[in-house]
Amino acid sequence: MKIRNRMKLEFMSCSENVGLARVAVAAFASGVDFNLSDLEEIKVAVSEAVSNAIIHGYEGAATGVVTLSALLSDGSLEIEVEDAGQGIADLEQAMLPGNGSDPERLGLGFVFMKSFMDDVDVWTEVGRGTRVKLIKSFPVSENSGKTAEN
Amino acid sequence: MGYEINKEGDALIVKVYGEFDLHAADYARRDIDKYIRSQGAKHIVFDLGDLTFIDSSGLGVILGRYRHISEKGGRVAISGVPPTILKVMEISGLTRLIPFYTDFASALQSVS
Repeated sequence: MKIRNRMKLEFMSCSENVGLARVAVAAFASGVDFNLSDLEEIKVAVSEAVSNAIIHGYEGAATGVVTLSALLSDGSLEIEVEDAGQGIADLEQAMLPGNGSDPERLGLGFVFMKSFMDDVDVWTEVGRGTRVKLIKSFPVSENSGKTAEN
Repeated sequence: MGYEINKEGDALIVKVYGEFDLHAADYARRDIDKYIRSQGAKHIVFDLGDLTFIDSSGLGVILGRYRHISEKGGRVAISGVPPTILKVMEISGLTRLIPFYTDFASALQSVS
């Protein structure tokens, strides 16, 4: 696998940083052949993953740390959003639409992630945190960015 | 993200600009509810023509206000959703609950 680019960003679990995360990933992903619609969908998926880390992982506390990393390889963008929060006790339940107990929230975070990305993989452990991996492929052309080896 | 809240007749007009995410949602929810109470609004029109981004947090604010207004017999309408945002709205199911209009005047008329 040829790595074209990679990035890593750590930020506090405050809501201001949801926008930072999605803009950073969109800028990172714009170097390859994603179209504008793809980039919008990636932004929604990242926004949902980071919002989940803040709301559920850290229960809204701004003192946690969220780690965002992204890797571009041939034809694929992999994004990881990781928190060291409380973890998810029932992952299957959490991934169902409308699972939340808060009537102000749709409970659609994972639904959007799955709808807009090709693959969503979640690791979680109660008391240790959650890591969400989001994968989206893109068409590879001759001019779609340089590899790290160039 | 920013928003303007005005009143026309019995309807609260909420015009949202920019990005409507978790950070914006808490402020918007608080302010809209404050205006509903203080202005005695029965209906709401969300004018989303200048919205550039929305996720489930922003959609939750709209859905919450829809539930609140509907329970009291009021109506909610949405106008001017940009095409880039419409897909998120459709997946969320909001387009099946709330009438969508391309122009603001039609949305306002629908709740008047």
